Amino acid sequence: MAKDGLGLEITELRLGLPGGGFDQVMLKTGKKRVFSEIEEDHHQNGKRSNGAKSEIIPKNEVVGWPPVCSHRRKISFNGQESTKLYVKVSMDGAPFLRKIDLAAQKCYSDLQLNLERLFGCYGIGEALNDADSSEYVPIYEDKDGDWMLLGDVPWTMFIESCKRLRIMKRTDAKGIGIHPKSTLKGTSRDG
Amino acid sequence: MCVFQSTINYFPEEVLEHVFDFLSSHRDRNAVSLVCKSWCRVERFSREKVFVGNCYAVSPERLLSTFPRVRSLTLKGKPHFADFNLVPPDWGGYLHPWIDAMVKARANLEELRLKRMVLSDDTLDLLAHSFPSFKSLVLVSCEGFTTDGLAAIAANCRSLRELDLQENEVEDRRGQWLSCFPDSCTSLVSLNFACLKGEVNLAALERLVARCPNLRSLRLNHAVPLDALQRILAQAPHLVDLGTGSFVHDPDSETYHKLKNAIQNCTSIRSLSGFLEVASRCLPSIYPLCSSLTSLNLSYAPGIYSNELVNLIRHCKKLERLWILDTIGDKGLGVVASTCKELQELRVFPFDPHGVGYTAVTEEGLVAVSAGCPKLNSILYFCQQMTNAALITVAKNCPNFIRFRLCTLNPTVPDAVTQLPLDEGFGAIVQSCKGLKRLSVSGLLTDQVFLYIGMYAEQLEMLSIAFAGESDKGMLYVLNGCKKLKKLEIRDSPFGDVALLADMGKYETMRSLWMSSCEVTLEACKKLAMKIPRLNVEIINENEQMEASTDDKQKVEKMYLYRTLVGPRKDAPAFVWTL
Repeated sequence: MAKDGLGLEITELRLGLPGGGFDQVMLKTGKKRVFSEIEEDHHQNGKRSNGAKSEIIPKNEVVGWPPVCSHRRKISFNGQESTKLYVKVSMDGAPFLRKIDLAAQKCYSDLQLNLERLFGCYGIGEALNDADSSEYVPIYEDKDGDWMLLGDVPWTMFIESCKRLRIMKRTDAKGIGIHPKSTLKGTSRDG
Repeated sequence: MCVFQSTINYFPEEVLEHVFDFLSSHRDRNAVSLVCKSWCRVERFSREKVFVGNCYAVSPERLLSTFPRVRSLTLKGKPHFADFNLVPPDWGGYLHPWIDAMVKARANLEELRLKRMVLSDDTLDLLAHSFPSFKSLVLVSCEGFTTDGLAAIAANCRSLRELDLQENEVEDRRGQWLSCFPDSCTSLVSLNFACLKGEVNLAALERLVARCPNLRSLRLNHAVPLDALQRILAQAPHLVDLGTGSFVHDPDSETYHKLKNAIQNCTSIRSLSGFLEVASRCLPSIYPLCSSLTSLNLSYAPGIYSNELVNLIRHCKKLERLWILDTIGDKGLGVVASTCKELQELRVFPFDPHGVGYTAVTEEGLVAVSAGCPKLNSILYFCQQMTNAALITVAKNCPNFIRFRLCTLNPTVPDAVTQLPLDEGFGAIVQSCKGLKRLSVSGLLTDQVFLYIGMYAEQLEMLSIAFAGESDKGMLYVLNGCKKLKKLEIRDSPFGDVALLADMGKYETMRSLWMSSCEVTLEACKKLAMKIPRLNVEIINENEQMEASTDDKQKVEKMYLYRTLVGPRKDAPAFVWTL
């Protein structure tokens, strides 16, 4: 992903994602207006590539959509409605932290994708895809308070023990001898 | 002519009453009561079944004085969007004042049908003790009560024929509510407890079934295992409607063998549902039922995969109603299209829309069914994508739709092929389906679709809009065009004050209007409330900001207005303001 807007926009204080994006945006009134943002996207982008499923809308972030009654949700939706696992994500160099719902991800690849969405303009995509050459190392703090490298343990084990995430600059890790070796690439998706 | 008129006036009232007896629909009765004073009086005093579409439109006392002989009452409470978590808890819709009033008036209540109401165990207890002829309790999407309340009903309603619980939130007290049916209870015709979460006393259930020879409809919950089902079916071979609980067993076992035999004897089953827990290898046991089934609901059976569903459906040639999960896929819907020539109603629910790599059904499945099932008149379809071309084809194939509800999993997805809005597709539907009464639209939609709806949907009574439209014009087209509109519910659409206030009198001809996350301001709502006193304009205000500022230009997050004869309700919680 191109490193757009890595200029002075970073220092600009505003509500919303650094570099813009299509996650939920809090407007001044404090209301979430996901779809007004998305509509603009539609009009601006014009034709989109055929067959591209509409990934624009983060489907699991709209209240009451799809319109299925709660009784049915509990039974059909694999219980996804019930659990939320928000953890903080910090990225070295970013002016503020984000939060991400681990329960909404199915596997490391999902997590990678969503971290990319959160911090796109900072090159996290490169960090997670091609770890050898990237500036960043993804780590997490586990239940014992230790900082662990992302990707070593199975996804379900990871979710249970992760308290927060940090995208660390590789330079800070020097001397520790970490060779991530694309820990996340090639990790098979857990069902 | 004069002679004829005076003859009508001299009809004895008993004759009029006898004639009115043949009118079962409340709409017909309403029409009759408008003819003249004497007809109105006769009708009023003879009406036994009363339908109240909005429990806050009228007071219980007023209802009872108008219809003193009411024996059957239908009440609806919360707005429809409450089903999707858009209405905060404790909003209202309480049953208690109604039961209270009926007790005081010594009404002879026999039937109660409730939808989206809140009732407590105490209310159920009062109900159970107060009406000796009480026969039928049907609760749909209700809440506030526990299995203790059910126990009170079971124990005290001596003439109970029907206890039907559909999709309610019932707290399980791990009691023995089923055991509370006394041995003297032999009158049950219909028992549905599929939505209950907890265990039931299986022995009590089996004894109950055994002593109720008129039992025709039985829907079990997930806690009733297959071996219990087998014993129950052996006792109740005359069932017409069956909802299984858990349907998991070893197909080589004796139990399974007995089940197959029991099922063979159930030659009257026309409606099948449940399979709340299911092992596909057990499904062949129900194949003998399939050829006579007219109604099949597998929408709560997540464990069945597409090819197994298809195998089952191939046997169901007489199906008129099918509720299914989208795991069936487009190909599976193709099989439905070629097999179920009598199909009238189809509902395809989403199984796991947030699952990664998930493909649901698309426009192909819908087109296939529309082509293969000429009697199709009601559809609820959750889909991954849709196209205008498909909708236009569907409209041509099925001009008889009464209900058409389409829900794209991504609410603003455009035509999957052309990337255009879906205006033309829905336009074709409303133009072709002249009898359309209910419509839900979704996908990328501009004001154009509403122009079509206003122009063509002459019989439309209920319209649901989400994330659609571009300006006030959209809503105006609908309000101006749809003369028979009764319920309009809108969320996340850019309709504002101009649309809301253009024809304020219109709302008195409608049951209700819901608008949330739109562009309507507090000022406009206040204006409307002032101008039309017989409306309750309620603002649901969940954040404290609004409380603090009295800025009328503020946008209102949730507004619900409805016509009423009794002014602002007295049971509104703190977060609901009636303007």
